[in-house]
Amino acid sequence: MKMKSPQILMECLLEQGVDTVFGYPGGTILNLYDELELHGYKEKIHHILTAHEQGASHAADGYARATGKVGVCFATSGPGATNLTTGIATAYMDSSPVVFITVNVAESLIGKDSFQEVDITGITMPITKCNYLVRRAEDLADVIREAFAIARSGRPGPVLIDILKNVTYDTCDYEPLPVSEHSRHGRLAAMLRRASHDLRDPEPDHEDIQQLLEMIESAQRPLVLVGGGVIRSKGAVPEFRRFIETLNAPVASTVMGGGACPGNHPLFTGMIGMHGSHASNFASAECDLLIAIGCRFSDRVATDPKSFARQAKIVHIDIDRAEVDKNVLTDHHIIGDARRVLELINEKLPRHDYPAWKEQVFSRGEVPLKRDGILHPHEILETVAALTDSQAIIATDVGQHQMWSAQYYHFSRPGQLITSGGFGTMGFGVGAAMGAKIGCPDQPVVLCTGDGCFRMNCHELATIEHYHIPIIILVFNNHTLGMVRQWQHLIYGERYSQTDLDRGPDFVKLAEAYGISGARCATQAELETVLRQALPSGQPWVIDCAIDKDAMVHPMVPNGAKATNFLLD
Amino acid sequence: MNDTTITRHTLSVLVENSAGVLSQVSRLFSRKGYNIESLAVGTTDDPEVSRITIEVMADTKMMDQIINQLRKLFPVYSVQELLPERSIRRELVMFKVKAETADKRNELIQIANIFRASIIDVSVQSLTLALIGNEAKADAIQKLLEGFGILELVRTGMVALERGAYTISDENKEKAEFNYGKNFI
Repeated sequence: MKMKSPQILMECLLEQGVDTVFGYPGGTILNLYDELELHGYKEKIHHILTAHEQGASHAADGYARATGKVGVCFATSGPGATNLTTGIATAYMDSSPVVFITVNVAESLIGKDSFQEVDITGITMPITKCNYLVRRAEDLADVIREAFAIARSGRPGPVLIDILKNVTYDTCDYEPLPVSEHSRHGRLAAMLRRASHDLRDPEPDHEDIQQLLEMIESAQRPLVLVGGGVIRSKGAVPEFRRFIETLNAPVASTVMGGGACPGNHPLFTGMIGMHGSHASNFASAECDLLIAIGCRFSDRVATDPKSFARQAKIVHIDIDRAEVDKNVLTDHHIIGDARRVLELINEKLPRHDYPAWKEQVFSRGEVPLKRDGILHPHEILETVAALTDSQAIIATDVGQHQMWSAQYYHFSRPGQLITSGGFGTMGFGVGAAMGAKIGCPDQPVVLCTGDGCFRMNCHELATIEHYHIPIIILVFNNHTLGMVRQWQHLIYGERYSQTDLDRGPDFVKLAEAYGISGARCATQAELETVLRQALPSGQPWVIDCAIDKDAMVHPMVPNGAKATNFLLD
Repeated sequence: MNDTTITRHTLSVLVENSAGVLSQVSRLFSRKGYNIESLAVGTTDDPEVSRITIEVMADTKMMDQIINQLRKLFPVYSVQELLPERSIRRELVMFKVKAETADKRNELIQIANIFRASIIDVSVQSLTLALIGNEAKADAIQKLLEGFGILELVRTGMVALERGAYTISDENKEKAEFNYGKNFI
């Protein structure tokens, strides 16, 4: 049937089961926004208007991470589109599936430095899995179908569709097509023919699996390292738990792997890398077999790639061939979806036990936690954990509070920790927490943020208030850019260049200005009292938690140093 | 030669023939910090497919990364490294050389004959030669022509094909592994 292209776009979103879109309107995207008012789409597609396009991009990302569905974000041309870029790069680095839709100026104005014109497909080329410029209405449905398929497939990631404004006035034929049929039609079918592979899920190489099983048999000190790939792979976590319980060996995690292994599991050694636990980092140095699943050995995990797990045979399981041997040289690899690879391993893996090795790993003392009446960061996390039964979704920003959250809150399911691990985007948290809460309205969502990060995008409090998004915002307020200060303290001779944040606003008053409840606390008891009121209230809260300016993230291995060369214990 | 010796490698890449693909491929090299020595692009027997030949200075590990990263790009259909002993490589080089007297012109015509280069333009003051060959042949003639005074020089960039009946589309395990990442059904 004949339809105007904005209507085709809405129909295509409905084909994909999209019911929530985050965005911000503007001149070129007017036709799309107008369509939301027509044909009853407003009822089917819930649009969340944020305060800034960056907030919308992080919200769509947070929504995708919490639900496992594809997030959708709209923005106008020019500055609207460039405001998305930090959000796109954040989603790209953490393999989060988001479809970004922007509308550019009309064909007649392209290339003329027109008002609000920018080459957003050029700009986002290195930070998207794929991007498109739609110049004809006839291509629109096909491109949207391909974009969603690419965003959620294989190693997921963001995709951007830029549509020329003149296309949004055009009319063309639209035939509804269920998602299961998409691969048999149009561009997707052509691409699959060209790539010359069939439509079934390709199997991981069974010989590769066999080789890993043999390597396990001859290992004395195996260590499992889990990354975000196990979180992104649908249904992988149960297989992963079966795997670690049968192997019965220590398990370390990257930040992005949080939730794959329950935080209180007896085999769990905690986080690895720059702020990794003693158990994890020493285990990585002492193991003779490292089985890394869905991680990419970033410089924050393998602080010194040459010496990382030097005594071990390294086996890398990943869906992305390009990750193998990129950062750390491996001895063996298996390419495939984590769920399927683990399923195949589990079919044949006999039960093991390594009592002496586990004793060696778990007997290492960790840094003692301080308890002396003032509010320590770990006590904030412990209080939240106790009052939420460790079941809340925790969103974070980036810096010290992020590391404390990853270290001290015990995650037990995928999508429970929402954090910008790869790109390290300050200002990610508020948007991401909103998206997570909208995607999972039945689960408590707590945002852990710092005073520096929160100030970057705190204007989204307007969005939180308007849509009544009941998230609890805990500001770890040390009046400084804590993580940078920590480096300045340890490495830069205590020269605190430009990291003092000795300025406003008063976050409690700020919250009140937006119509949101605010509270302040300086001790664990005060925090507990506030949280007991805030958590069941069904209202958003901003809680300013005063912490010590010189509190540091322990332990710490500096950039480029061996995993066991702790600069700070 | 060990893994870390930097040598010249030739890559042949089949891509979708559409706007932005060349820039996507060349940008991958710059953002990953690889140096392109030469690049040549043109359509194939299928007008919807272009073939890019890229010469790059890299070690073995870098080559693996480059190939794997290229294969991740959606408009890239296949990538093949062409090993020197199993491939033919050619480029076209044009030299505009100073030739102001009949003697000079005769001398240049003789050099052109020896190298099987052709004279494609002549004027009172200059002569333009076109040569097809690999870089050794081009370097040799260039040295000789420098004595006459080279006014301008242009190269197409190397193009290459594998010897024998094998083609870039033939299957291998690495390709199957890479396809998995693209399989999104």
